[in-house]
Amino acid sequence: MTATSARLARAPQRRSAARMGSLRGFAFVLPFLIVFAIAFLAPIGYALYLSLFREQIIGGNAFVGIGNYLQVLQDGKFWASFLRVVIFMLIQVPIMLGLALVAALAIDSARLHASGFFRIVIFLPYAVPGVVAVLMWGFLYGQNFGLAADINNLLGSRVIQPFSPQWILTSIGNINTWEFLGYNMLIFYSALRVIPVDLYEAAELDGAGAFRTIRSIKVPALRGALVIATIFSIIGSFQLFNEPNILKTLAPNVITTFFTPNMYAYNLSFAAQQYNYSATVAIVMGVITGIIAYVVQLRGNRSETR
Amino acid sequence: MKIHLPSTVIRRFAVVIAGSLLLGAALAGCSSGSAPGSAGTDVDAALKAGGTITYWSWTPQAKAQVAAFEKKYPKVTVKLVNAGTGNDEYTKLQNAVKAGSGGPDVAQVEYFAIPQFALAKSLLDLKPYGFDSLESDFTASTWSHVAMDGAIYGLPQDSGPMALFYNKKVFDQYGLDVPATWDAYIADAKKLHAADPTKYIAADTGDAGFTTSMIWQAGGTPFTTTGSKVSVNLQDAGSKKWADTWSQLVENKLLSTTPGWSDEWYKGLGNGSIATLITGAWMPGVLESSVKDASGDWRVAPMPTYDGTAATAENGGGGQVVLKQSKNPALAAGFLRWLNADKDSVKLFLASGGFPSTTADIDSDAFKAQTPAYFGGQKINEVLSAAAGDVVKGWTYLPYQVYGNSIYGDTVGQSYSSSSDLNPGLRSWQKQLVSYGNDQGFSVSG
Repeated sequence: MTATSARLARAPQRRSAARMGSLRGFAFVLPFLIVFAIAFLAPIGYALYLSLFREQIIGGNAFVGIGNYLQVLQDGKFWASFLRVVIFMLIQVPIMLGLALVAALAIDSARLHASGFFRIVIFLPYAVPGVVAVLMWGFLYGQNFGLAADINNLLGSRVIQPFSPQWILTSIGNINTWEFLGYNMLIFYSALRVIPVDLYEAAELDGAGAFRTIRSIKVPALRGALVIATIFSIIGSFQLFNEPNILKTLAPNVITTFFTPNMYAYNLSFAAQQYNYSATVAIVMGVITGIIAYVVQLRGNRSETR
Repeated sequence: MKIHLPSTVIRRFAVVIAGSLLLGAALAGCSSGSAPGSAGTDVDAALKAGGTITYWSWTPQAKAQVAAFEKKYPKVTVKLVNAGTGNDEYTKLQNAVKAGSGGPDVAQVEYFAIPQFALAKSLLDLKPYGFDSLESDFTASTWSHVAMDGAIYGLPQDSGPMALFYNKKVFDQYGLDVPATWDAYIADAKKLHAADPTKYIAADTGDAGFTTSMIWQAGGTPFTTTGSKVSVNLQDAGSKKWADTWSQLVENKLLSTTPGWSDEWYKGLGNGSIATLITGAWMPGVLESSVKDASGDWRVAPMPTYDGTAATAENGGGGQVVLKQSKNPALAAGFLRWLNADKDSVKLFLASGGFPSTTADIDSDAFKAQTPAYFGGQKINEVLSAAAGDVVKGWTYLPYQVYGNSIYGDTVGQSYSSSSDLNPGLRSWQKQLVSYGNDQGFSVSG
């Protein structure tokens, strides 16, 4: 009885102390929360608000409820752009991550001379600003005077047409792979560096060769990094914007205004002044990206725990 | 995008707040609209009184013109801002209009974009400032772009009556005749490309401005607007006439697919692989400054026609407008009047390769007598001035042409990219223009 009442008496006291502590803590995180609210929550909230209205050049602004969302779901242009980035993602991401994995394993293998040099050179494209990289590739892709033209002349044919409808996704994928290979390699490489050396020694004593070590130690240890890199790459693919938007001046008919979901949202708001509909497209795309990234993470974690 | 979104959204937020404030102010101030005095008197008074205005322009001449203006009117300060070229500037202008502030007093706007801003009631009617008396100073075709629905929304600065620019060296080498008709032009295209497969009569991957100008020349009037009623018909007689003709070049792959204004395009103009340009009279300045290799090779001829009777259209060109939100409209009007109607200012404009919209300059003997060395001493302005008089009348742009041009590649561009008949592309463009217009509250038929 006494023990219980004592416990009961102590409880509120403890709670208020905890509240005091949490308030004090709150003061510490307040600056962050303010910036977070202004930079993240307010724009999202405002986009949500915008997506519920429709403003016309003639007729002004009107509340349309979920009307814009229903329109997006039936919008052929939106789904065409979505399908395009899905195809892009399914092909480009495995290639890029595969190459990054090979590069990371090679540099980590200690059999490579000047591995530091390779590490920097492979990483270097990531340090080139995206816009500059695309402009540079745009010159290389030039079908009349660029590198593509030189190769075509050498082969005596016009095989390489980087700006043709059949090639354009490959051309963009190539730029993206070039740009982000080093970044992903670095993620993998840093994951490899934290593997305890004892494991390698034990494997060697057990008679494991280089490939057996890769299969049984390195790749399993990389799983977490692989999941992270995959999620980043999926998000990156869905947000595809810089590359097609800059190449559009060189391939104006092949890269349409709704080539990727982000370009569609951009053109809806800046060319068509349909800010409300643009906000809706951005929100729908954000939700889809979030769901897919979450599913990948769940699956990745499950196989990790297994 | 990731970096842009927040600032854009914040800006939009500000836009809405400011917009609603403005609306309230407009409602409150409905009855107090001040009527400016007669025939430009308060413009002169404002210039004398002085003040500060902002001017948005991307023209290379703007700096020298502003300096000359400030010298003449020392009490006036003009803040010159280059807010981007073409669409970049229109986007910012649009945002400023929505926000109700932050825009310039005077802005450069191309002719095709003026209706969009006029319709949104963003522009000041300059008639009460005595600008109707300036009509006779400008060519009829440029004036028609700034004067609409009984109001005057700006003053023309330059003009782009179209002509045929051709590389004489290439024409001589392959024995081509300068074409007077489109049939002859197509014949030249075939002959040239057959003789040398790396050479094309022209580069065209589909360009909304070019297409509308070509339909204009063919006598088409695909866009008509009365109030909020819009009619779109890109299959009218003129549009079809152009599409049927030009499709022959597209379908037979007789056009270079080098996109206009790209690095490769300039190279092509310089090395003879692009043999002609059908474009506005402002082109000589561009050729002289950006295609130096071909100095002496290019000549100018009248634009080919369908039946041999002289007919041309405008391509590009624009003027300046005064925004309604200007806090000192009389002074802004004064600057605009000086900018485009004063001899000193126009002289500065012409000095760096601009093509005038003022009749006095287009018709002046000194202007016509110029013999630029770049064009082998040809009196090119004689041809271009004559073209200014042959512009087909009756053309108008869509009240949302800026958007219309942005989706051209999605529609007509698809015909270009598949080397097929342009008519289905035009129909698909029309369909999207109609549906957008209706979405935006116009009543569009087509």
